[in-house]
Amino acid sequence: MEYKFKYICARIYFIRMQAESILIFIVITLSVLIFFAHQRFKQLITLALLAVIAVITTIWSITVFNDGFNTPVIRHISLSGSGGLILTIDKLSAFFILVINLTCITGLLFAGGYLKHYYTRKKGLNISIHFFAYLFLYISMLLVVMVREGLAFLIAWEIMAIASFLLVIFDAEERQILKTGISYLVQMHIGMFFLLIAFLIVEKDTGMLGFDALKYYFKEGHHLAVFLLFLAGFGIKAGLIPFHTWLPEAHPAAPSHVSGVMSGVMIKMGIYGILRVVFQMQNDLFAAGLIILAISLLSGLFGVMMAILQHDIKKLLAYHSIENIGIIGMGVGIGMLGVSYNNQSMIFLGFGGGILHILNHSLFKSLLFFSSGNVYQASQTRNIELLGGLMKRMPYTSVFFLVGSLAICGLPPLNGFISEYLIYSGMFSNLSGLDFKGSVIVVMAIAGLALIGGLAIFCFTKAFGITFLGEARTKQAEEASERDREMLIPQLIPVIFIAAIGIAPSLFVKPVMDLIAGNLSLLVSGPIVIPENGSLANISLISGFFIVILTAILIFRKLHLRNVPVKKEPTWGCGYGVYNPRMQYTSTSFAYNYNHLAKPVTGTKKDINEIGEEEIFPSERSFATHTGDPVKESIIDKPVEWSWFVLKKLAVMQTGKIQHYILYAFIFMLAALLLTYLKII
Amino acid sequence: MRLLGFLFLIVSALLIPGFILRIKSIAAGRKGPGIWQPYRDIAILFAKGQVFSNTTGLIFQIAPAINLSCIIAAAMLLPFGRYGSLISFDGDFVYFLYILALGRFFSIISALDTGSSFEGMGASREALFSMLAEPAFFILFAALAIVTGHTSFSGIFSEYTISGDHNILIMTLIGVFVLFQSSLVETCRVPVDDPKTHLELTMIHEVMILDNSGFDKALIHIATYLKQAMYGLLIYNLITPFKLNLVFQIIIFVLVQALYAITAGLIESFRARNKMNRNPKFILTISAVAWIAFVIILILKK
Repeated sequence: MEYKFKYICARIYFIRMQAESILIFIVITLSVLIFFAHQRFKQLITLALLAVIAVITTIWSITVFNDGFNTPVIRHISLSGSGGLILTIDKLSAFFILVINLTCITGLLFAGGYLKHYYTRKKGLNISIHFFAYLFLYISMLLVVMVREGLAFLIAWEIMAIASFLLVIFDAEERQILKTGISYLVQMHIGMFFLLIAFLIVEKDTGMLGFDALKYYFKEGHHLAVFLLFLAGFGIKAGLIPFHTWLPEAHPAAPSHVSGVMSGVMIKMGIYGILRVVFQMQNDLFAAGLIILAISLLSGLFGVMMAILQHDIKKLLAYHSIENIGIIGMGVGIGMLGVSYNNQSMIFLGFGGGILHILNHSLFKSLLFFSSGNVYQASQTRNIELLGGLMKRMPYTSVFFLVGSLAICGLPPLNGFISEYLIYSGMFSNLSGLDFKGSVIVVMAIAGLALIGGLAIFCFTKAFGITFLGEARTKQAEEASERDREMLIPQLIPVIFIAAIGIAPSLFVKPVMDLIAGNLSLLVSGPIVIPENGSLANISLISGFFIVILTAILIFRKLHLRNVPVKKEPTWGCGYGVYNPRMQYTSTSFAYNYNHLAKPVTGTKKDINEIGEEEIFPSERSFATHTGDPVKESIIDKPVEWSWFVLKKLAVMQTGKIQHYILYAFIFMLAALLLTYLKII
Repeated sequence: MRLLGFLFLIVSALLIPGFILRIKSIAAGRKGPGIWQPYRDIAILFAKGQVFSNTTGLIFQIAPAINLSCIIAAAMLLPFGRYGSLISFDGDFVYFLYILALGRFFSIISALDTGSSFEGMGASREALFSMLAEPAFFILFAALAIVTGHTSFSGIFSEYTISGDHNILIMTLIGVFVLFQSSLVETCRVPVDDPKTHLELTMIHEVMILDNSGFDKALIHIATYLKQAMYGLLIYNLITPFKLNLVFQIIIFVLVQALYAITAGLIESFRARNKMNRNPKFILTISAVAWIAFVIILILKK
């Protein structure tokens, strides 16, 4: 009887797997429909197809998280029921699947409203390609986190690069955007080559291609070089410096929902890769952790320092992605140092903070990109110097942007604080137990993270204040109006999660800790104990107190204002009567003092011809400041210039006369012959 | 008993501002207002009506309230000697600093909400200076965490003086210096900022609240008083021996707060405000000194 029951269960399991495979095939086949549908239905079809996959994968992830024993879900995707593509979903994959699903669905909902204005301007084919690429970006990201086999992984990685390239060049009529897109594609492929080489080196030693080979490969000996190759390959996707150069260009070029998804989840695929590699490492953890920590700290500082100087709101957000990737990386680095010092609270809090920050960043960054998309559509500009006073005309958008800003600065009681707090706790938890070297490293990281936090506040008070507060600086800002519901309601989804994680962190931290515990088997010998942490409950408590006090004061204020006279008057101009909005502080003037200090790093240049002494009646002058990206200038622009120089010299050979080319071939053959004869080659 | 810290904080917040005023007028040889003058000011502000700028909106209305509640929430985390704080957990000083930062965030954007270039200038300065001041506190507490092995205010301060280590004296001196200097930055006192200056161009904090009036302005004043008292309480916690009984603790507390007020008042009377572009250097020096404390601890302990 029992035997029969088991048989039926197995049968059901088999049928369910088959059904899932068939469903996935149907979705992929039906995706062609996007091309034939009417403009208005393209988004709905994409949404329906995406939702099917989202439901299937979410069920898998929840199964994995509910399983106490950390057994991964394994699925074979094939029509015949055997062989096919093998998907392995452990808790790490499951976490990423949930993040991808959440952000991609909100992104697509937002796209429905955002792209509506393009339906009349763009050809149907453009829109179709866009949604098609969106669907495949989504599927490829899911594959990236579920496939373990090397070749399949790299193929998924490649699809992801191409799909996102297609999404970025949505406005390819503008030459600059096409150029940005191509530069993005090139840099993605450089990253791909790093990964290919790294996988091949591992394959040569172990005979296996893919992530599963790593644990055998890293078992003995020192393999820091391969780790660095992986770090470079995944780092380009993640946007760690000095591999970040594609990021500040590609994000502003893409439509807002695409920037949201790319910044929210796609760059995290790089972090996923790094985590996969890190969780298999068994030697050299101190060195590897130190490298990750150092690069991440620099990314964090550099990202936010550059962000402050940007006037393009999406470019500003893009630099903040670099900063946040840096914060995530710091968590990972601290976790790795924890492994090398064999301190479990450092491991759990470090990795935990980093991994939770992945979720957090995907929430507030997509929210910020969506609301800046609202601003862009309402005012047709991304330059914050031309905006101002939008809060009165776009109240909902500005509240969303404000929530996003507070969260990204890591301020309580929102979600960004929780992950940064975990990372801080990881750093502080074992300070007294570390050796000299370790404590110096950790305290530098603490000071760095504190500085990053301060700089982020500087940046977002500027971004929010200049864009949404004060008076409109130009006509386009004055004429901006609130967007319709289709664009606003999707933004509520991240807002709800941001508040929930901030107020009740324990609910979200526990699965993350389980995730880490499940991945530590190779790293930690001996029993793995998730540290009991009562702090999170206390954080909820004090945040609750804060909200209660605030409400009380506001209610009291409201009652008070009823009893006293309240007047409306112009802003106090310190006695100056003829005030106009162009006199307001601008983004440049807000950052002026800072720029003065940060010039050695950011390399801001001024364009001005000074007034000479002999000029008695000075002619008209112009003044402009430029902030490039010093890293990009030194590692991309300079080498490119240099190679142009060399190649131009070499171009002497290219005469265009067929006789010369035959001569070259002849010389080459002669040389080959001679060298073989002399036994040199 | 856990309420003690909070209560003493409120009481000292009531007295310090007036005390500083008295010190300043004595030092300047003026008759000066009485010790209760700040409270008369606040009472007047509460009674007054409000004027709002046409430019301002929601942010300007809620910012002072948010700022004050942030400071009250932060005050709940501070212990009073061995009597503990209302709420205490590992890493609570991270929460302490970040909730203060939340209040600052709102006061900065509230200044930008008025659209006045003067207030924008103040906002920019406040954002810059407080950002530079941030690392000092963290480094100091990292050093304290190494000494005591704890990562909460209560844990650190309860272990600190009973660790029986004589090197603690150096640490305490540096700690008091760092806390005092950061309090000058955070509460906008000379030499970083001069609340009594007459020219908007040279102000930091005052210029940010040019447009606030009535109830809101009273909230802002109360918040500043509380902040001042909080730093006094932190310094007290750092230097008070753990095992003393309550009476002595209270006496020391009163002395510390009085000394704090006297020093701040005397500095204000006899020192000129820094040139604005010297301020970053002044603030970064605090971090540098905190680094020294940290290095000393490292050398002694490791």
